[in-house]
Amino acid sequence: MSVMSRGFRSLLMGELLSGMGLTLRYFFKPKVTLNYPYEKGPISPRFRGEHALRRYPNGEERCIACKLCEAICPAQAITIESEPRADGSRRTTRYDIDMTKCIYCGFCQEACPVDAIVEGPNFEFAAETREELFYNKERLLDNGDRWECEIAQNLEKDAPYR
Amino acid sequence: MAEAGFWSSYAWPFILTILSILAMVVPLLVAVAYLTLAERRVIAAMQLRKGPNVVGPFGLLQPFADGLKLLFKETILPAGANRMVFLLAPMLTFTLALIAWAVIPVADGWVIADINVGILYLFAVSSLGVYGVIMAGWASNSKYPFLGALRSAAQMVSYEISMGLVIVTVILCAGSLNISDIVEAQRDLWYCIPLLPMFVVFFISTLAETNRSPFDLPEGESELVAGYFVEYSSMSFALFFLGEYANMILMSGMTTILFLGGWLAPFGIAPFIWIPEVIWFLLKVSLVLFCFLWVRATFPRYRYDQLMRLGWKVFLPLSLLWLVVTAGALVAFDWLPAAGGA
Repeated sequence: MSVMSRGFRSLLMGELLSGMGLTLRYFFKPKVTLNYPYEKGPISPRFRGEHALRRYPNGEERCIACKLCEAICPAQAITIESEPRADGSRRTTRYDIDMTKCIYCGFCQEACPVDAIVEGPNFEFAAETREELFYNKERLLDNGDRWECEIAQNLEKDAPYR
Repeated sequence: MAEAGFWSSYAWPFILTILSILAMVVPLLVAVAYLTLAERRVIAAMQLRKGPNVVGPFGLLQPFADGLKLLFKETILPAGANRMVFLLAPMLTFTLALIAWAVIPVADGWVIADINVGILYLFAVSSLGVYGVIMAGWASNSKYPFLGALRSAAQMVSYEISMGLVIVTVILCAGSLNISDIVEAQRDLWYCIPLLPMFVVFFISTLAETNRSPFDLPEGESELVAGYFVEYSSMSFALFFLGEYANMILMSGMTTILFLGGWLAPFGIAPFIWIPEVIWFLLKVSLVLFCFLWVRATFPRYRYDQLMRLGWKVFLPLSLLWLVVTAGALVAFDWLPAAGGA
């Protein structure tokens, strides 16, 4: 008997039809796709995107060439050279990040005692050649200037949890 | 004099034939192009996505972008391949998908060749499709295409049998092998109603015959990469792709003709018969094609033994049984159509 009823049920394809009914209902549901280049999802203030070197409000660069970021970088993507500047303060002469090596772990910004190197909210920095992804100090400072507003806001939002 | 005879008896009909072929093939190729887009959009919608909508308005130029991309790619000939057969296979697949359209009437009298064995021709051509697959699999000289081709051949042959029996049932009811007559015989009642089980069997068999999901295991990417066209690239791949989609449209056309009353309007009453016949045909074909895509979005792929079991142990007895029942009913109630058309 159960074999018969099972046979009938599979002949009538009830399960298949209810499955198709489900997909048909989904066919008319509102879609969840974001129209990406025109529409973007929200990102956390802790988002670890493209790096930036920040400056103080008076324009002085924050980095004091302590090389903690270079030391902690697990991918060894950061290269720093430094020497005393004319006014006696220690500054970097070279601050390179190889973005093709970077794993975006955020250890550099955790290590930084002066909040100089940070990972900003920008994730759209794809390039057509590898060379464009070898960032130097100038590029990083430019990034800092460009994204300072967002970076400062994010740091402020995240501050209570640190 | 000879000049005039040449024109009226040879050249003019030739030109007319070429024109009618073009009038059939060009819209067909456009339909194939947009079927690829429709597939992506429909499946996307069923998965709560939007699908390609950036190239042109609503993504309408996407098929041409894809086509151009394939056109500009390099055709790779594997070193171990049999070059002749390797290049012949996609052309064969594509050609076979197109020549079947010679006997498909899209409206009353709108057919290139209104031959009396139309349905037989259609069945023969769709059976030949398996050669393109086998040739591709063998000529590639590589294991995945070969396995894919073997599977595909076995699958297409198995499901052709039940398809053949279904077609015989329809022919019994219509009393003719001429496709236009088969459609005309459905003027009062579409065959999908009295022959509903056969309609379902036929539809599922066409899914298997065109290697569509859930029977797409000839190209089962999880184990065979892409099945018989692993080694193909560029235009040769595009021809397979076009052939597959043209076959889908062809099978939808067959389903429409055999079961959904071809170009006939439903009910044959006022508001429906104002719409041109060709529009009805296109609507019905689109509906069946939508079901193809719908099924693909819904069901997972069959396992190979399940596929064979369904073909040989379910569909074959079922269609055979229904054939006998139909024939018996036709004789018992004296419903047999008159010879040479209803």
